[in-house]
Amino acid sequence: MTEWLNPLVLMANFVLVPGLVYGAQLALGALGITLVFGILRFSNFAHGDTMAFGTMITILMTWLLQSWGVSLGPLPTALLALPIGIFLTILFLLATDRLVYRHYRDVRAKPITFLMASIGIMFMMNGLIRFIIGPGEQIFLDGDRFLMKAREFKKLTGLDEGLGIRTSQVLTVVVAVVLVILLFWFLQRTKTGKAMRAYSDNETLARLSGIDPERVVKITWIIAAGLAAIAGVLYGLDKSFKPFTYFQLLLPMFAAAIVGGLGKPIGAIVGGFIIAFSEVMLTYAYKKVGRYLLPEEWQPDGLLQLLSTDYKFAISFVILVVVLLVRPTGIFKGKVV
Amino acid sequence: MLLSGENMTGGYGGADILKSCSIGVERGEIAVIVGPNGAGKSTAMKALLGMLDLREGSVRLDGKDISSLSPQARIAEGIGFVPQTENVFTGMTVEENLEMGAYLRGDDIAETIEQIYGLFPILKEKRRQAAGELSGGQRQQVAVGRAMMTRPSVLMLDEPTAGVSPIVMDELFDRIIEVRNTGVAVLMVEQNARQALEIADRGYVLVTGENRFTDTGEALLADAEVRKSFLGG
Repeated sequence: MTEWLNPLVLMANFVLVPGLVYGAQLALGALGITLVFGILRFSNFAHGDTMAFGTMITILMTWLLQSWGVSLGPLPTALLALPIGIFLTILFLLATDRLVYRHYRDVRAKPITFLMASIGIMFMMNGLIRFIIGPGEQIFLDGDRFLMKAREFKKLTGLDEGLGIRTSQVLTVVVAVVLVILLFWFLQRTKTGKAMRAYSDNETLARLSGIDPERVVKITWIIAAGLAAIAGVLYGLDKSFKPFTYFQLLLPMFAAAIVGGLGKPIGAIVGGFIIAFSEVMLTYAYKKVGRYLLPEEWQPDGLLQLLSTDYKFAISFVILVVVLLVRPTGIFKGKVV
Repeated sequence: MLLSGENMTGGYGGADILKSCSIGVERGEIAVIVGPNGAGKSTAMKALLGMLDLREGSVRLDGKDISSLSPQARIAEGIGFVPQTENVFTGMTVEENLEMGAYLRGDDIAETIEQIYGLFPILKEKRRQAAGELSGGQRQQVAVGRAMMTRPSVLMLDEPTAGVSPIVMDELFDRIIEVRNTGVAVLMVEQNARQALEIADRGYVLVTGENRFTDTGEALLADAEVRKSFLGG
């Protein structure tokens, strides 16, 4: 029995749990990208930095709260600061829309123009964030770090392998599930949500039906900003906050959105988990799992690692290229870039 | 007349497509615009809806000049419009398509939806299915249903039978007659001129953006010159 349970727990600890958590983070990020693509019809390259912006505000607020001695007990103080982070991110995105994107909508610019404009905004946010909080790494997690320590798990079960579950991991998955349910309820059941889907589906007919494009666009930015700030904070709590890392998240998030089908919220979620599990599974060293499962004389000398973690971005990239070549619409038949 | 465009002249910037063209439709009747390709049939309809800037002429709805209103405002005033292509939300269910048609309405739409289902029973059966999964004829019914959700006094259809089989065409025309019988004014552009004129109370033959013949559908079908030039003998 234990010869099977030990490798299973090992895989759960190093593949299943990290994959689920990372997948949830990517899914929330990719949802924002896919919504903006569905409604505004361009790839928003500033989305990674939008996440960084929301996280930065949340970190600054967390520090302020901490200096006042406020805490949430076992939960991270950042949760209290998050609403301010979301709020300012919404204001920031609405301001960029007002000052930049609206102009290009008025002149009916091509999607590539919007994309270039979003790269400009990305660089601007890049600089702004480094100017305010610096390029270095920030760790802002407080409260209880672990919900269950690996050591406790071993003692509880008597197994050799432990399963550690961190508070930030549970938080990520719970928040992601709640947000996704809320988002789908909004898109499927409310009049405004349906109008957004209609606008994404057929812009001309939506206008003919009296749907106000500017209102739809505004709501899209608000949702994208909220999702970005939350995804960024969850990622930062789980790992750490570093502006450059958030910029790098663009690639796996875009890969997730495209694999699932651009413009399809369900695709962004499935795509997020596909990318996350591909990364985790291909970069995990299976040596220890092999020790449990393989006979002694078959034990390899190497780490049994398919790819070094340094190459994890190559995985998103390869998946992205293959999907664009083989099935450009993605799994759920989204739009083609 | 309920809806009328008088001496409409204009185009999409550049040369005029419509030259002093007049089109109108009365309550409870079907008016059909026919003519050769490039005659400006669809353009005339778009001018009535306000999707085209007119240099001259005016559009009146129920006696009121609506020439300066946007298409959305004209729809709010009671014009329903079914575009020729991409006239349904393919990723949304039949019922959601109808709901979107009623987007501007603030009141209860359940009754109107039931009326549409009464008119197009197949839609009730397929209400939970995505509109993009339906056959061409069923899709056109969704498109007409969507446009009727605002309870328009005038329904304009741009080539409703384009690309459907003759059997489906006959069925669609039967449905359009039923729509007319509810008291709605129906104006449509048609390629299938003969069949369309057969159900038309009023017919307009346009050539290069001008009115060539205007009469009842019956009279146009009987007119030797119209038959020879536009209906293939």
